[in-house]
Amino acid sequence: MIEVENIHKSFGDTHVLKGISTVFEQGKTNLVIGQSGSGKTVFLKCLLGLFEPEQGQICYNGSYYSELSMDQRRDLRQEMGMVFQGSALFDSMTVEGNVMFPLDMFTKQSKAEMQDRVDFVLERVNLIDAHKKYPSEISGGMQKRVAIARAIVMNPKYLFCDEPNSGLDPKTAILIDNLIQEITREYQITTVINTHDMNSVMEIGEKIIFLKNGFKEWEGTNKEIFKTDNVAVTDFVYSSELFKKVRQMYIEERN
Amino acid sequence: MKYLEAIGKYFIMIYEVFKKPTKWPIMRSLILKEIDELIFGSLGIIIFISFFIGGVVTIQTALNLNSPLIPKSLIGFATRQSVILEFAPTFTSIIMAGKVGSYITSSIGTMKVTEQIDALEVMGINSVNYLVFPKIIAMLAYPFAVAIAMYVGILGGWIAGAFGGYAPSGEFVKGLQLDFDSFHVTYSFIKTIVFSFIIATIPSFHGLYMKGGALEVGKASTTSFVWTSVVIIILNYILTQLLLG
Repeated sequence: MIEVENIHKSFGDTHVLKGISTVFEQGKTNLVIGQSGSGKTVFLKCLLGLFEPEQGQICYNGSYYSELSMDQRRDLRQEMGMVFQGSALFDSMTVEGNVMFPLDMFTKQSKAEMQDRVDFVLERVNLIDAHKKYPSEISGGMQKRVAIARAIVMNPKYLFCDEPNSGLDPKTAILIDNLIQEITREYQITTVINTHDMNSVMEIGEKIIFLKNGFKEWEGTNKEIFKTDNVAVTDFVYSSELFKKVRQMYIEERN
Repeated sequence: MKYLEAIGKYFIMIYEVFKKPTKWPIMRSLILKEIDELIFGSLGIIIFISFFIGGVVTIQTALNLNSPLIPKSLIGFATRQSVILEFAPTFTSIIMAGKVGSYITSSIGTMKVTEQIDALEVMGINSVNYLVFPKIIAMLAYPFAVAIAMYVGILGGWIAGAFGGYAPSGEFVKGLQLDFDSFHVTYSFIKTIVFSFIIATIPSFHGLYMKGGALEVGKASTTSFVWTSVVIIILNYILTQLLLG
């Protein structure tokens, strides 16, 4: 579980995060949504420990990040998995090399043990024949799967995803969403996903927080988001014509 | 002010390079890979350029020493001095700043743009140590490349002199042995080691701290070549003054 208590973050004169508080529960897919520039990425980087908030605290399973020593922070980082927007796979390594990299870096496992673990996670993300391929030789959807495999290979307690669906076709995007949700439930991970994909919100949004101009404007579930009266949220959710029509039909049906 | 900030950032990066080291077995393989990439990968161009530069130095010297009172052996002497003191260490380093330096900036810059460096940081890896330290160590092998450049440069001079009819072989070799001071070779290697550190770190700095996308990676490579060359030229002057002045 991650508890965020009133965090503020600025860059020079720009106040990006303005007192955000929320709780991300274990075993649930938590979504952070909002328009570009709303502070989603900065918020995620604060959760990852890449940015330190000027005010407020972030608590990981009872441990406050600001109170941890450098070694404890390093240990905590090893409990985190991250799926980047562009996958961020190492170009010079094969798929297998990318997934094995964290094991090689942080564990004392034998080559055979590492190989077993790599085979297991690649199979878990439905990638069987790509072990020896380089990232440039596989599709965007496959790259995302490799990124997920690399993120979960160390059995993380926390999984962070920055727009995991960007650049993917709707069908592949749903597959990736479902895969993240399955893994979250199966391994009881605390998952936080930055997205502005409304399909993801509908599919896997067990908890959603909506950011606007650095404030937490709204929070709830994917069932609640379509019924909310919050104007900022409805403006965002129904910004596409398709969703506007769906809502219109819903209102007509209800009346 | 911008330059002062950049210089400060550069020294902070150097400090970061030696903090929180990467596991030795991984570091060892990274170092070997960088030696292959940075040193062995550059030997071809170093040998090619040194051979012809040595030849040109011989021809130029011979054409300017046309008095019958000046012995032909001076052509060999001038070639040796020019190649050992300047052409091999400094000229080759400028070439390396272009070839190796732009490779380092563009490879690190691309990793930055594609969030691969963020991925390393998120895993709790000191990305500066992981990326820059192996390059610094690999570049310690650079003096061997410069030694080859010295040998090939003088060989090129001898071939140009002897087969081009500018200096008889015996006279050229006599000049090569004339008044030889071994400290000149030491001076050359001291310069080379300093330059190797510059060639590894300044391009890394430009790659690590670049901002923007693919276009900026190209710009950062150009900037890194310019600054690496400028620093090499300035340090060349300072070291020459300190060691030979």
